[in-house]
Amino acid sequence: MPNVVIVGGGPAGIRAASILVEAGLKPVLVNETRQVGGQGYRAPAKSLAVDINALMGSEAGKYQRLHSLFASLQERIDYRSGTLVWGVHEKVLHTLCDGTAGTIPYDALILATGATDRIMPLPGWTLPGVFTLGGAQVILKDQGCLIGNRIVFLGSSPLLFLAALQYHKSGASIAAVVDTTPLSAKRAAMRDLAASPRTLARGIVYRASLHMAGVPIIDGATPRGIDGEGHVEGVRITDGRGRERLIPCDAVAYGYGLKPETQLAELAGARFRFDPIFRLWLPETDADGRAGADLYLAGDGAAIGGADAAEASGALAAHALLTDMGRAQPEAELARLRREVERLRQFQRGLARAFAWPVAQSATLSDETVACRCEAVTVGEIRSAVHAPLGPREVNRVKAITRCGMGRCQGRFCGPALQEIVAGACVVPIAEVGRLRMQAPVKPIPLHAAAEMEP
Amino acid sequence: MTTRMRVAVVGGGLIGTWTAHFLARRGLDVILIEKGMVGAQSSGVNFGNLRLQGRHPGQYPLSLRSQALWEDIEALIGDRCEFERTGHLYVAMNDAEREKLEQHARVAESHGLVIERIGCDELRRRWPWLGEGPQAATYSARDATSNPRLVSVAVARAAQRRGAEIVEHTRVTEVCRNGTGFTLETDTGRAVDCDAVVNSAGAWALNIAEAFGETAPMFAAGPPQFVTEPIPYRVTPSVQAVDGSVIFRQILRGNVIFAGYPRTAADPVLNRAPVPPIKTLNGMRNLMKIAPFLKSAQVIRVWSGIEGYLPDMLPVIGESGTTPGLYHAFGFCGHGFQVGPGVAAVLVDLIVDGRTDTPIDLFSINRFKNSVQVSDKLAREFDLPAAAGGRAG
Amino acid sequence: MPDEPKQRTHKGQFVRAVPRHGATLRLTIDRDTVEAVEGDSLLAVLLLNGRVVRHLEFGGAPRAGFCLMGACQDCWVSLGDGDRVRACTTLAANEMVVWTDPQKAHADA
Repeated sequence: MPNVVIVGGGPAGIRAASILVEAGLKPVLVNETRQVGGQGYRAPAKSLAVDINALMGSEAGKYQRLHSLFASLQERIDYRSGTLVWGVHEKVLHTLCDGTAGTIPYDALILATGATDRIMPLPGWTLPGVFTLGGAQVILKDQGCLIGNRIVFLGSSPLLFLAALQYHKSGASIAAVVDTTPLSAKRAAMRDLAASPRTLARGIVYRASLHMAGVPIIDGATPRGIDGEGHVEGVRITDGRGRERLIPCDAVAYGYGLKPETQLAELAGARFRFDPIFRLWLPETDADGRAGADLYLAGDGAAIGGADAAEASGALAAHALLTDMGRAQPEAELARLRREVERLRQFQRGLARAFAWPVAQSATLSDETVACRCEAVTVGEIRSAVHAPLGPREVNRVKAITRCGMGRCQGRFCGPALQEIVAGACVVPIAEVGRLRMQAPVKPIPLHAAAEMEP
Repeated sequence: MTTRMRVAVVGGGLIGTWTAHFLARRGLDVILIEKGMVGAQSSGVNFGNLRLQGRHPGQYPLSLRSQALWEDIEALIGDRCEFERTGHLYVAMNDAEREKLEQHARVAESHGLVIERIGCDELRRRWPWLGEGPQAATYSARDATSNPRLVSVAVARAAQRRGAEIVEHTRVTEVCRNGTGFTLETDTGRAVDCDAVVNSAGAWALNIAEAFGETAPMFAAGPPQFVTEPIPYRVTPSVQAVDGSVIFRQILRGNVIFAGYPRTAADPVLNRAPVPPIKTLNGMRNLMKIAPFLKSAQVIRVWSGIEGYLPDMLPVIGESGTTPGLYHAFGFCGHGFQVGPGVAAVLVDLIVDGRTDTPIDLFSINRFKNSVQVSDKLAREFDLPAAAGGRAG
Repeated sequence: MPDEPKQRTHKGQFVRAVPRHGATLRLTIDRDTVEAVEGDSLLAVLLLNGRVVRHLEFGGAPRAGFCLMGACQDCWVSLGDGDRVRACTTLAANEMVVWTDPQKAHADA
């Protein structure tokens, strides 16, 4: 039996596993966290008295179905919990579990590595009390904690209103929801958004619920900075009418949508192309998720599509893998899944317009703004490096000169902004400045991890 | 468009940029042509050691000349490039290795270097974080480090200020004889007529040598390098196990950079030098043996680059064996960073004065005409497939 | 270590919105004793009891994590045994000793 490995225990990974199990395989499912469900559908710890159905709202049914599906699979797969995959080389995954390095060889690999928040630097964004929008949701579901006493939800993301509503329901005091995209841009994106009317309607309901609860909603604002001595004390914005405002708060949930975690895909040999709508470099796949020989990508780790698209693309990747093994797959089902994934990703393209990545903001950032929070590299240092004689115009060289992207997170959080800042400073299209290359380890690994391994 | 220059330098690594700088300082018209960006290959990705201990005996005059230039770097180019005289601790784990250290020390001393011999107790007293393995060491205070990511670019800028023309993103497609001089053609349509050509094109240097009827058995490989998260500063010298299993240093920001053999395969055509995870684990294990206090430090980043290697583990330096006016400097076998400025100074001697006082006969390209010496280092520093594989293009 | 646990006086960043039932854990954060509940992540413990998780190595600016899901690597702390852990993906454990500043941990060792 071929050794099939799935990395990622979210909707895409679990759905892929279920298709493979139905086909009589026993895949390995490697999950970095202790609970399955990914970041969005993560199960809370048992000791936490959280009403997950209330928290998940309209998604509660899907949440429950995913977790019962996983429960039914658990005995029929080789499940590796709490296991980080830090490298891929010549069809071997290199892992870290409980501080010890290990390997998992594979014949075929499905990567369902999910996504993290996409961030644009902002003066004060490294202050204690500023967290990613996705992180704010995770800490509530996973730990039953709110990120602060009085919170501003800032940025532009479909998750902005969902997260704020979840917080509101959990008793949080919300100072404001500040969406940086003007309403006019949202209206312009309606054609793509109509691809998923149900999701669109849900988003409108979130927003209306917050409004009815008396939560201030500010559209089309430009964030100026996060103020505070040692921790967050307020958010400064210019609102849609050009007024400067300071919103007092002690926590900020900040984000501009999601960005696929593509590090392992790159190490496994995927090629990348620049997507002008998301303004991100995304791995190239065919409609079913094939990204190379014996390599399949699914879920938000391949292209942002949300949980439903993740499940469908996980199923597609598993069917593609089985097809490539020479096993005939149900064509009608494949066609249905492809339509589903395409429809949902089309919707996400609309969302990318309706909740826009703030390209203009990168040009107006002050030189003192920190771009790389790991290495404390400022926007000004990047611009000076680019403008110096023989200055680099490619992000990996900018990284070499400035250290931006060299730290513990390996450019996960500064990478998209670095591309914008360099492209802006060089006055070239963003695709020309390239993207930060990856080498294993994709996350830090301790020296002692190697001690137990035979050389 | 054809430009007339006295000298054209092909390849903008450490050697090429220093050569352009020194030539410009001597008042010569010089153009440096780099296919990509200055300092982006092995000059920019190496370990950053300016090591004097343990060099090949025949390389000491060149090395010491080079070190004097490094020590003067700020005056020469107006930038320190994180040059630090950190010292170098060369560590032996057993009697056989101790004897090897002694041999190295005698050679170094015969060239005037000051070497301290350090016994087991003193070793523990001065560097209490060392593990139980090291039994003896030699220490050279003059050895130093610098930041390779910064140097070549800083030297190129200094050369530019002196009047050298630095051209990036331009590939030399052809070099041909033109009377007693040369004409270079490039992929941007620009042509250069010149009296002398410096071939400092690193792992890509054979193209030019072979155009003039000579060659060297060069292959491409990369030095795997690893770095930990920043931790409180503690390790002052660079530390190297004499068996080559590991070399490490801590930079002032706190990160510990380490490297170790075997080297990794590199692809000069696709411009890739991926580091297999198994080499990372190897390096981690070897570092922990010698510095166990680092056991909890997290490795955050790994990189490599593309270097040219020759089987006798010595570079090619000097005038072409077939073509007067053509000067080679390539194949530095991972040891080029320290000798870089010295090699450039020698090339400038040859170009401007027609002779040099620094002995370089050992590095002549002619040595490959009859037989090829294979260094015992080759077996130690390479996986066999890497050494046997990819000839540099 | 003092025998009597000294409660940290300053306000925490996080607010517990949902009660957690489980065994009580006692941890030491920079010499202060704090209580936690089994299942709490180390990051939650740190931020329920304070506003700082670590100090940046370059300049010492306070940091309190960011992504809360193991990606940004901005919540690494040192444990009493010298081990380094990412607070957001590490479960709190009884008698855990945590240092928000590796220099202090180093000085204490």
